[in-house]
Amino acid sequence: MRTTALAGVGIVAATALALTGCSAGDSSGDADGPVTITYTNFISNGGNEENLQAIVDAFEEENPDVTVEVTTLPYADYGTALQTDLAAGTVSDVFDIEYANFAQYQSNGVLAELDPEDPGAYRQSVLEAYQADGTQYALPSSFSTVVLFYNSDLFEAAGVETPTADWTWADEQAAAEQLTDEGAGVWGDHQNVSFYEFYKVLAQNGGEFLDEDGTAVAFNSPEGVEAAEWLVGKSGTVMPTIEQGQGTPDNDTNLFLDGKLAMLHTGIWLFGAFADVPFGWDIAVEPGNAQQASALFSNAVGVSAGSEHQEAAAAFAEFLTSSDVMVQTRLDAGWELPATSDEAALNSYLTLGNPENRQAVFDSLENVALPPVVAEGQQEMQDIMTEELVEAQAGRKTVEEALDSAEDRINAAIGG
Amino acid sequence: MTALIGEAAADVGADAGPPASRTGPPRSPGRRARRARYTLTVLAFLLPSAVPLLLFVLGPMVAAAWISLTEWNLLAPAEWVGLENYANLLTDPETADVFLHTLYYIVGYLPLVYVGGLAIALALNTALRGRTVLRGVYFLPVITSWIVVALVWRWLLNPSNGVVNSVLAWFGIDGPGWWTDPAWAMPSIILASAWKDLGFVMVILLAGLQAIDPELLDAARVDGAGWWRRLFSVTLPLLSPATFFVIVISLINGFQVFDQVYAMTGGGPGGATQVVVQQIYDLTFRYGRAGEASALSWLLFVVILAVTVLQIRGQRKWVNYG
Repeated sequence: MRTTALAGVGIVAATALALTGCSAGDSSGDADGPVTITYTNFISNGGNEENLQAIVDAFEEENPDVTVEVTTLPYADYGTALQTDLAAGTVSDVFDIEYANFAQYQSNGVLAELDPEDPGAYRQSVLEAYQADGTQYALPSSFSTVVLFYNSDLFEAAGVETPTADWTWADEQAAAEQLTDEGAGVWGDHQNVSFYEFYKVLAQNGGEFLDEDGTAVAFNSPEGVEAAEWLVGKSGTVMPTIEQGQGTPDNDTNLFLDGKLAMLHTGIWLFGAFADVPFGWDIAVEPGNAQQASALFSNAVGVSAGSEHQEAAAAFAEFLTSSDVMVQTRLDAGWELPATSDEAALNSYLTLGNPENRQAVFDSLENVALPPVVAEGQQEMQDIMTEELVEAQAGRKTVEEALDSAEDRINAAIGG
Repeated sequence: MTALIGEAAADVGADAGPPASRTGPPRSPGRRARRARYTLTVLAFLLPSAVPLLLFVLGPMVAAAWISLTEWNLLAPAEWVGLENYANLLTDPETADVFLHTLYYIVGYLPLVYVGGLAIALALNTALRGRTVLRGVYFLPVITSWIVVALVWRWLLNPSNGVVNSVLAWFGIDGPGWWTDPAWAMPSIILASAWKDLGFVMVILLAGLQAIDPELLDAARVDGAGWWRRLFSVTLPLLSPATFFVIVISLINGFQVFDQVYAMTGGGPGGATQVVVQQIYDLTFRYGRAGEASALSWLLFVVILAVTVLQIRGQRKWVNYG
């Protein structure tokens, strides 16, 4: 059954490809002869480079006159590199952006207007996130959520019930404490102490990060204090301390891969990385407190307003974000989800297995918490929040002191 | 380093110039032609360092001066704000913080690297076996990339499983949280920096030591001066030009400390190692506040210039050129 369904999708994909491919090839080819466009990305870094190349190859096959030069950078360096390239006027024709930074780039006029040939191919809510005043300025390449990963072998060995969608913070904490075995080097839980986790647990606790105008913070509330305590309290009890390596790159995923971590809050983009582990694992929607709230991340591609090959660049951007080749490549690889309106294709994702409970990914979409976005000082806001929370995690400040300080500093940075 | 070589070349040019003019105005056309050729030769020698110096040092400095008078987020066109960035910097408590952190670094680093470099130079200036190899070994860190060195030191000083704390544990000592503890983060950076730069200081001081006439030391010995007496009364005074050079260069480099901070702590934990250049970097590339960053760059330039001028003035009192 599954094979046939997949084959069917494949045939539809191939047909659609041939159709869209021809039109794109005609329009960009005849006008200005062979062109080379550049694309700089972070989305394929760390394991999906070949998958991205497969999509690029498919585009080039359909558009023989267009060559795409791909540059892949690590996520950690990407923002700096992009900003430098934009300042120097050396930015690629097509480049990745993430939702949190879209507003800033759009308002500074570095993104070209886009007019996708088939807007219906996109998941509308995600497509609209990249519009300003009704105009499209970027096309969503993916979306993803953060879920609770768990090592079912460790749960079984400790005789603890595995997480379900009904879990609350209290259930998670009880399980984490039972599963932590410092002698064996096994930790019960891991959740980063950072801006991105905090805004979400705040939403799970019924709090707000920004006030109604979006010009001042609102997190310094009883809900905020409780949320911050929930986050920083894990360190040293059910999660390693900073001295023990918590917070250094890949520390959490390596612990999980080594079978030394029972629960891990992280993104579904790691499905591929965990595919071959020698233990059982699955996922569940993140537990909430007052309510459930899952972090939704989305990446998109923009075309540089200064690109000399607008037409070819826009055609590539659309192919990269909506072609069936892309949809199928992403789903097969367990990469982040394509922002497609093709529910049938998404449904095939549910049956891929490993993890079994892929339904949790869609369930997590029902209650999403988008990161707070400000017009000015976005990065400073994020950095200050993380820094103050880490001060509380390390015990150098109380949670209340950290939130007081974060409130003052962030309000100053975002001009509130 | 390019800048250094450039300055050295400029100095050589300046020194070589006067003798020609000191001979008085040229009297014959032949002499004039020779002088023009001489000038051209000097210019030709200066060109390879002057061109990059103009393009990559002077050019950016002028550009930064202009940017410092604007508000520029790297994306939209810059907007003229006059001296507002400087006014903001001088009233922002963070400016004092980053200069204090930089000063802390210098105060810890300079004595350590000088005394360490001197000790090694003295040891390698003796008839020690294998000294040629050792000189090379001590110089190796100098030519190694800071990123590599910083990663190795981060690993050595890892609070939970690093070599240093593991060795300390054998002696029952509970090692500190090196780069995770704000109180220890700067000492960690100072330690790594001094280790890396020891070789540079050693080479300069070794050259100075070898220029000291052994007869002076022999005479002091005959007069009954012990090792320490000879060090303080003969060697160090005669070494003072080399010492002066080392201190000037190390202070300039100290004010500009960045690579090791960026790679080891990124300014953390909790901003404890946020030095001036790290702040300039963050303001520009993380926060898109290039105007303020450029103003801070010029503030740093003025501070370094003032400190260097004071040192050059002060050298008459203690530097002995024999």
